[in-house]
Amino acid sequence: MPDAPGLELIAQEINGAREGTVVETSHERGAATLIVDSERILDALRWLRDTPGQEYGFLASLHAADYLPAQPRFALHYELLNMPRVERLHVKALLEDPASPSTAPSSTAKRVAPGGAPSHDPGVSGDGADALATLNLPEIDSCVELFPTAEFQEREAYDFFGIRFRGHPDLRRILMPEDYVGWPQRRDFPLGGEPVLFTQNEVELPRWYE
Amino acid sequence: MADETRIPTEQGLRPEDEDPVLADLPEAEAARHGADPTRVATPSASPPGTPDDERARVSATRDGWEDVPVGEEQVMTINMGPHHPATHGVLRLVVTLEGERVLDLKPVVGYVHTGIEKNCEDKSYWKVIPFVERMDYLSYFFQMQAFCGCVERLLEIEIPERAKYLRVIFLELNRIHSHLVWLGTSAMDLGAISVFWYCFRERDRVLDLFELATGQRMHTRYFQVGGVFEDIPVGFAEKLRAFCEEMPGRVDQYQDLLDRNEIFLHRTKGIGVVPRDRLLELGVTGPLLRAAGEPWDLRKVEDELGYTGFDWQVPIGSVGDGYDRFRVRLEEMRESVKIASQALEGLPEGPWIADERKVVLPPRDELSTSMEALIHHFKLVTEGFRVPSGELYCPVESPRGELGCFVVADGSAKPARVHFRDPSFVNLQALREMCVGGLIADLIQNLAMLDPILGGIDR
Repeated sequence: MPDAPGLELIAQEINGAREGTVVETSHERGAATLIVDSERILDALRWLRDTPGQEYGFLASLHAADYLPAQPRFALHYELLNMPRVERLHVKALLEDPASPSTAPSSTAKRVAPGGAPSHDPGVSGDGADALATLNLPEIDSCVELFPTAEFQEREAYDFFGIRFRGHPDLRRILMPEDYVGWPQRRDFPLGGEPVLFTQNEVELPRWYE
Repeated sequence: MADETRIPTEQGLRPEDEDPVLADLPEAEAARHGADPTRVATPSASPPGTPDDERARVSATRDGWEDVPVGEEQVMTINMGPHHPATHGVLRLVVTLEGERVLDLKPVVGYVHTGIEKNCEDKSYWKVIPFVERMDYLSYFFQMQAFCGCVERLLEIEIPERAKYLRVIFLELNRIHSHLVWLGTSAMDLGAISVFWYCFRERDRVLDLFELATGQRMHTRYFQVGGVFEDIPVGFAEKLRAFCEEMPGRVDQYQDLLDRNEIFLHRTKGIGVVPRDRLLELGVTGPLLRAAGEPWDLRKVEDELGYTGFDWQVPIGSVGDGYDRFRVRLEEMRESVKIASQALEGLPEGPWIADERKVVLPPRDELSTSMEALIHHFKLVTEGFRVPSGELYCPVESPRGELGCFVVADGSAKPARVHFRDPSFVNLQALREMCVGGLIADLIQNLAMLDPILGGIDR
């Protein structure tokens, strides 16, 4: 873990390379955190991986979290590790929820794919792509190019939080069934929401098994 | 700091040149196994500069297979699993085959997903412990340590010395137990069923030790936030000492059973090699990474429990094939026995759980005399303790690699998010690179040496 001045230096240098990338730093409980603008997450990760003297070459973990009712609502956490120095660095990218009423207008403008490329619509084609676009999911660039280990973990974040990763090679659900509807680990998703078929409630439930 | 952990390769595990069995392998093969389908060259062993067509390349590198014309066999996609005896659980592999050759492979997981992480958000912190230890059902102490260690760092409490030593003892016993199950089932996958019985004999002795100290054979819920649940009982030390004396000899026996077994050597040597840099890119940790020659062990470098005070070494391999993975895990069992017996001999006197009345249950005998203790007990059992808001990622070295626990605390008595970075889940991504180009029999070997636990993958 870099010490507090070291963390500030890292933040300054990233911002020197591209202004506004690092939004905030925090250094508490023995963990150093860089809070990064989600639109520039790849710049920050690439800088941390490739700059001589930094070389955080190992992505130990990638996971998402939902901070409802806070705004911005979602965050992606990248646990970087420099193995020779045994230093961990926690990078956090905050993501607005485009479906929430307060952020809806600004985020629709952002949804145009960069560079005019056709937008990446995972797992669906044709009409399905439009259906998924209407879901209004938060988006972030995929870091699979930088860290191949992120492939499964980004699929997991998509599966449970509905965060779409632009440029992910194979963005499908991984642990939930592929035809599942909903993002189960969002905080507003109810616990125990699956109806279970017993003999006493088979009248209320659809008799699909007949 | 990391340099101290490096162990010279000459202490490594493969006296390749002197080994008589290995020396006469080529002749033996020529005589007896001219076209043995279990003998295969991996892609990395193939000479560079071969034709760019993938199938032609694979075909040309295989002894005895040149007579099969390229393109004669049809490509076929089959399902292996989810109910296959060699997939160690409900893992489904969509395998594209040409004859017996694996052209592509996609793991499909999620069949035993139980929503543990979601459920944890609805439980107070002390009720989360039995949940998370059911993820990876062979390394339950490690999940407890990852979670409890993370919450302890969020609460900023220090655990007593005796608790650290007791945790080390049980973690290392758990590592032996996990490796024994791995060894037994993997050897059975490769056709050596008797090893399974021997391994399970010793495994039961470990489980007996768990039962003696904690009351449960598996899923013990022994670690608490602040220390361990109870002190070890009378007679435990003697039994553990006897086990530690006997176990190295048992590991020698397993090695004798397998290390000179020609079928085992044929099926593991040179199979499933992935370069070390590629393993690091794929996020692989644990024995798989160490077998490829990277001496990375969190017990040496991020030492929360005092492992660096003991005399032990990190075993590493030199080639990174199935055989190295086997040897690294065998050596790890020996090292774990060394650590456990040193921790037992150096076990300090004192409390086994921190004296934090807001977090730790008061001693039972105080409940009838102290009002204060009764109130604390009531508050802890009904509401649980509150953790100041913050978020933290804490890794431990589990038998399969880096097991990380990420907890978001929002100031209430329930965690806002509990996430486990399971090593099997991440390591599984390397399976494709190990298998493509090899035979389907080698896929079984690679999977066995990968040691995935589906409960941990699916959570």
